Amino acid sequence: MRNRLFLWVPLALFAFFAGLAAFMLTQPKDEFVESTMIGQPLPDFALKPAFGGLPGAAKADLVGGQPRLLNVWASWCLPCIAEAPQLEELRQKGVEIVGIAIRDRPEDVADFLARYGNPYSRVGSDPISEVQLAIGSSGVPETFVIDSKGIIRYQHIGDIRESDVPKLMAELEKAR
Amino acid sequence: MTAEIGLAALWLAAALAVLQMVSGFAGLRAPADAAHPLAIYTRPAAIVQACLAVLAFFMLLRAFAVTDLSLKLVAANSHSMKPFIYKVTGTWGNHEGSMLLWVGVLAASGGLLARFERRLPERTIGATLAVQGFVALGFYAFLLLSSNPFERLPVPAAEGSGLNPLLQDIGLAVHPPTLYAGYVGLSVAFSLAMGALLTREVNPSFARVMRPWVLGAWVLLTLGITAGSYWAYYELGWGGWWFWDPVENASLMPWLAATALMHSVSVLAARDALRTWTIMLGVLAFSMSMLGTFLVRSGVLTSVHAFAVDPERGAFILALLAINIGGAFTVFALRAGAVAEGKRFAAVSRESALVFNNVMLSAILAIVLLGTLYPLLTEAFDVRVSVGPPYFNPAAAMFAIPMLLVMAVGPLLRWREDKPARLQFELALLASVAIAVIALIAVLGDFPLLPLLGLGLAPALALAAVLPLRGRRLARVPVATWGMVIAHFGIAVSLFGMACEGAFTEERLAAVAPGGTEQVGDFAVTLDSVAPVAGPNWTAIEATLSVSEDGGPPVILTPQARTFWSPPQSTSESALLTRWNGQLYAVIGNQTEDGRWQVRLWWKPFVTFIWLGGMLVALGGVLAIAGRVRVDLRRRMAAQKGAERRADLEALGAQPVPAE
Repeated sequence: MRNRLFLWVPLALFAFFAGLAAFMLTQPKDEFVESTMIGQPLPDFALKPAFGGLPGAAKADLVGGQPRLLNVWASWCLPCIAEAPQLEELRQKGVEIVGIAIRDRPEDVADFLARYGNPYSRVGSDPISEVQLAIGSSGVPETFVIDSKGIIRYQHIGDIRESDVPKLMAELEKAR
Repeated sequence: MTAEIGLAALWLAAALAVLQMVSGFAGLRAPADAAHPLAIYTRPAAIVQACLAVLAFFMLLRAFAVTDLSLKLVAANSHSMKPFIYKVTGTWGNHEGSMLLWVGVLAASGGLLARFERRLPERTIGATLAVQGFVALGFYAFLLLSSNPFERLPVPAAEGSGLNPLLQDIGLAVHPPTLYAGYVGLSVAFSLAMGALLTREVNPSFARVMRPWVLGAWVLLTLGITAGSYWAYYELGWGGWWFWDPVENASLMPWLAATALMHSVSVLAARDALRTWTIMLGVLAFSMSMLGTFLVRSGVLTSVHAFAVDPERGAFILALLAINIGGAFTVFALRAGAVAEGKRFAAVSRESALVFNNVMLSAILAIVLLGTLYPLLTEAFDVRVSVGPPYFNPAAAMFAIPMLLVMAVGPLLRWREDKPARLQFELALLASVAIAVIALIAVLGDFPLLPLLGLGLAPALALAAVLPLRGRRLARVPVATWGMVIAHFGIAVSLFGMACEGAFTEERLAAVAPGGTEQVGDFAVTLDSVAPVAGPNWTAIEATLSVSEDGGPPVILTPQARTFWSPPQSTSESALLTRWNGQLYAVIGNQTEDGRWQVRLWWKPFVTFIWLGGMLVALGGVLAIAGRVRVDLRRRMAAQKGAERRADLEALGAQPVPAE
């Protein structure tokens, strides 16, 4: 018997890999990048109006009073259309929603809001994703809960589905 | 009807794969001198199976060519407005279609093996084809049960959703088919290794049968990787040519294994040494191909190559991997001990240089594999990491540099035993070239270490590559030796390109107002105008740049930022100005608020040498195949003539003369 044991090494290594890969396949894949800004105060910003109909958005507009939602969206984003009814529902429940339109044009923003409804109190224009990146958002749409002190309390990634509305309401309540 | 014919062909092919497998393995059970009654079916089954799989692929090709929107796959990946060429290439621009191409090539190579290979004992071929059928069966099951390319929609779609715009490029026509043919060509090496192991026929004649397959697959992989690298370079608009992305690594790993295998199979063919090691590499090379397929399609790793990711499919491929690779390693562990030890050789000999090269290639393979799988390991513990160039470059170079040094010397050594003293002159020459160049460049400027070493090594390697021709009559040098010389020379050329790109690239990122000029390298680049343009399925912002080299007449470059509408996505179309000594690379970005445009310019000296070198390496491989096949045919004809002559003499009643 020449040392035969080492002949089993490739199989052992492969078995380890296969086990690991099988384990990882069963894990839910979390594709989202969470903001490291949660729990931190909003960075300072002041954005110009995204279109003629509403004022722009600044940090000062999100501080004081009731907790608000900060919604990062764009007229060119399809999931943003899907979440429009849910935003409208939140607005009807008395939530103030401040929008940030990413890399957008005024006429497209106005067109989008005319077609799918306007839940916003203000919409700022962020043409080069400056504010978006500063608050730790990596895609559209994303929605943040901002408390009265201007601290980011919660981040929702992706479109808001019907089932997400209670969770957001609860987070807004917690931020009170 | 097309789709139904294709689907029927696939099912039939799968059934034939079963017959091929059963009859091939049955042949193993018969006593050594008698043929099993089932064994006669193995070869025909493989040939017909190959025809059916290829037929199925052509049926899908046709559905894409005519944009048959009643097929789910076509509706999801094509569009009636797409240019015709991209309709056709779109066939393999998606998961199901590319898997069908994979299986088609797998079956076709099995069919070719069955039709033309007559040198090995019938038992070994039977076992080889049985393994080939076994592997194919797994992939047929995968296609038919979980990724049926011929699925019809209940109601035909009105319009397709289009092909990913990054894939609407001539690169898609070339890169995936060559790469796949290379990946899957390695399946023959895998099956041959298994067949030889099962029938205990690991010997030089087996190696000679395996060699052209390995060479062929290796040439295709080299071409595929070279084409892919150039494609990513100009299409992604990032200016880089290699990103150590998991998918790129997935193609590099089989190439590394195949490179090692190609060298060790040569040792086995010429010297009857490295038996077990060659078998191991044969298994490893195709395992890496399958592993790559798994990594790309299962979504366990995140990559810029957004393939249709589906954990369920991932589980299916993982099961296939476990059966194929696990099974092969088990057979290896059980049988390899019984393979008789090959011939021995001295520490200084061509064999040991090749062994060293093999070990280094395997070490690089291990480095790449570890770096690729490491995120998978850490994610199991909820830590997200991204392994990039800071790990891969130095870790791979650590083994690549010794390997290249030995590559320079190895071809000069004699088989079996040699004395270093015999090569004093060559060694001194090569060392002084490398050291002189490094010293010169280090004096001229401050460059990073790796490009500096590369710049020194490249001329020494180029010189070393042609040294084996010294003192030989060039007309009498065998074609295969020319192949080696050119391939090694190509490595030097490619290394030179990489080192120059790393050391001398100049980058300029500026916001330019129309009429403004930027200087990069010897070029003055003026932004003449920016205007919208439209193509068949896209609109774009196109910048007109007039480029003047050293104050010479201007050349117009037109980089674009394209927006495709189906699916909605934007791409950056770089514009390239190629000179013999490098490329100017221009990309247009966004408009700034004050109306200026972001323009990104690179001057990359000798960057084209990277791909030129890759093509030379592949050409070397082609020459090696041509040389081997020619020698082989001649030998076969001589043997045939000898046999005929003996038969004639016997018929005349004379004494048979001994064979040559």
